[in-house]
Amino acid sequence: MFSIYNIVKNRRIYFLMSLMLIIPGVLAMIFNVINLPTHTPWKLSVDFREGSRFVLKFQQPTTETAIRGVFIQNGVPNPEISQLGAATENLWQVRTSFLDGAVSQKIQSDLEASVGALDKGQVTVESVSPKVAGEVTQAAFWAVLAASLAILLFVWYSFRSAPHPIRYSICALIALLHDLLVAAGLTAIFSLLFNWEVDALFLTAMLTIVGFSVQDTIVVYDRIRENIVRHRGEGFTSIATRSLIETVHRSLSISLTTVLVLVALLLFGGASIKQFIAVLLIGMASGIFSSIYNAVPLLVAWEERDLWGNKANATA
Amino acid sequence: MRGRKLFNLIVVIAVTLISLLIVLPFQKPEFMKSLLFWQDPRIRDFSLKQGLDLKGGLQVLMTADVKPGTLITGTLDSARSIIENRVNGTGVAEPVVQMQGGDRILVELPGVTDRQLAIDLVKRTGSLEFVDAGVPLLAGTPITTSFALAQALIYPQTAAVGKPISSVTPISGTTIYPTAFTGEILESTAAPQSTTTGSFDVRFAIKGNAQAAFAEFTGSRINKPLCIVLDGVVLSCPTIQARLTDGGVITGRFTSDEARQLAVTLNYGALPVPLKIEAVREVGATLGADAVRKSVVAGIIGFIVLAIFLLLNYKLPGIVGVIALGLFVLFSLAVFILMPVVLTLPGIAGFIISIAAAVDANILVFERFREELRAGRSLRGAVEAGFQRAWPSIRDSNLSTLIICAILYSFGSAFGASAVRGFAINLVIGLVVSLFSAMFVTRTLMRLVFGSDSAASLNERKDLLGI
Repeated sequence: MFSIYNIVKNRRIYFLMSLMLIIPGVLAMIFNVINLPTHTPWKLSVDFREGSRFVLKFQQPTTETAIRGVFIQNGVPNPEISQLGAATENLWQVRTSFLDGAVSQKIQSDLEASVGALDKGQVTVESVSPKVAGEVTQAAFWAVLAASLAILLFVWYSFRSAPHPIRYSICALIALLHDLLVAAGLTAIFSLLFNWEVDALFLTAMLTIVGFSVQDTIVVYDRIRENIVRHRGEGFTSIATRSLIETVHRSLSISLTTVLVLVALLLFGGASIKQFIAVLLIGMASGIFSSIYNAVPLLVAWEERDLWGNKANATA
Repeated sequence: MRGRKLFNLIVVIAVTLISLLIVLPFQKPEFMKSLLFWQDPRIRDFSLKQGLDLKGGLQVLMTADVKPGTLITGTLDSARSIIENRVNGTGVAEPVVQMQGGDRILVELPGVTDRQLAIDLVKRTGSLEFVDAGVPLLAGTPITTSFALAQALIYPQTAAVGKPISSVTPISGTTIYPTAFTGEILESTAAPQSTTTGSFDVRFAIKGNAQAAFAEFTGSRINKPLCIVLDGVVLSCPTIQARLTDGGVITGRFTSDEARQLAVTLNYGALPVPLKIEAVREVGATLGADAVRKSVVAGIIGFIVLAIFLLLNYKLPGIVGVIALGLFVLFSLAVFILMPVVLTLPGIAGFIISIAAAVDANILVFERFREELRAGRSLRGAVEAGFQRAWPSIRDSNLSTLIICAILYSFGSAFGASAVRGFAINLVIGLVVSLFSAMFVTRTLMRLVFGSDSAASLNERKDLLGI
């Protein structure tokens, strides 16, 4: 039943699987929009949200209260304080409103005086004004829109010699949105569970997923286009299945190489890009699934005007 | 065909040798460095440049502090070059001072941890004016000038900025002092010791395009004071003693320090527009080194895993693939050094991901090659057909990623997220080099291995071909 020969025929199963992958993430995003003070699907880092962020590495264990005291002393009313990494790392993150250089410098020396010595080599302080944060959010929106549109037009153009090229591009776009929703949804869930914050790199990951997801889909579509010419008179379902079989080894090999490299980066790479790599990995994995189980069956469904594969099953 | 094959092989070997010469970390002779004529002379060497997130330091993003719509074209860029001079004067290694999206200046100071000091350095804008006060004013007096009020100058045509003085609307109860010039007209300043009195003077030179106006101004106001005003506060009011054309000397029994300070303020304090800071990032110095080491380890492990994958899956062609992959890494590093690309942590990730993309192109070819062999083609025919038929897939899939990289790059440029840009640049370089590596290097090597007459017997060794 799960054999590759039946993927197109049993498309309803895979469509439902995709929905099951997407729905929890979408619910998490809605939950975040309602509950987070910023009303966004994810917790936002300083790239998208005005304010200052301190990452402080103390040499000795300390407490949230002690850190909070120093910030309040310096006229910062509501610092958001959280501990990063393992408790033994003494790594703390403090989020505040936008602070200028003098105040943040004073806070750091006050912290050293009354809380404990800092490991200066590992301190990061970022401040972003409301204007920049707003513009970045806007630029992010346009970037995603431009990327989707570019892909739509690109696939349409590449498949202009195939019958109904717009169908290829819209199906590729749906498979792409699927991957983005899976990655965005899981990030929202991790935002809830592990306090993940979305920064400019998250957007980079999403756009990279766009590029690679389409790459997977194009490899299969390319073969369908070739087979339509070679096997004239054969039904579209049969051509699509044939193309899937012919390319599945290749698709899996290609995706596997990317996944292997990403896993190596995730396990051995630096901590500051872990979240970025994890989002990429989720998107790539989803891309493998969607190019085989969504992109091709969707195209067949459109060609045969039979979304759930009812006709195919009736004749089988 | 044979001559062409030999030529291609020579090209591959030549590119490999040149890349080795670039990448291997031996002491490069001066003449090699001088070949990199397109690089900034100060950083012209054969090393991989590390970004701020790897080296640690301070990043400041600032913008003009004026009402929207009143910013005059070109002023921000002159402010940028002034800041660059100031930064260069401090001796910070490899600083970055560049325009961001037309209305911002990005300053990166690697290794600088004193946030306030660095902010002072770039922010102490000092809008410098030469004011025709009529009477000498005491140093330290705050005044309202026509330039501060309405960017109006007596000689608007000479400086890069400004409107005619007649456009200033008077305010009752306030004296508006007419501004003659802004600090823009200054070419250079120096603080030499006077040979006659032993005290220090401030010598200044006027830019060529402002000399006529400066001569007219000083000629018509001999024995009147010319007040130097910084940020609306009088610094000094020397008396004009002669008609000055290309420059002059301010004498006033300055001490060495006083003279130098005035000279520096005249020189570098003359930002044509006030600035405000919009974003600051301070990155600890040891965070990066650790991350680089980890990324390199991850990259090497990734490479080994890919090599094993290729060998197990494709046998003899797999060996060709591994060689091509090694050359891909070598060529990419050479391009990074030549460009030069500033490596950031996401940039390194982008490069490592492009290693996977380089393998993809090889896989597409090898799979096709196998298919053609199974379909009964000769080895030589299968090599040619493999590359020919894999090309559309390789081209289309790489193009889609290239399009995305272009969008990423423009997004990254919009606000100074050099991280995003670094990722996009490295991924693009990786994709382009991987196209060369797959379509030229792998093809040349495959022809070499499978194209000769003696290789025809390989056709019987299905185990070596991975079929």
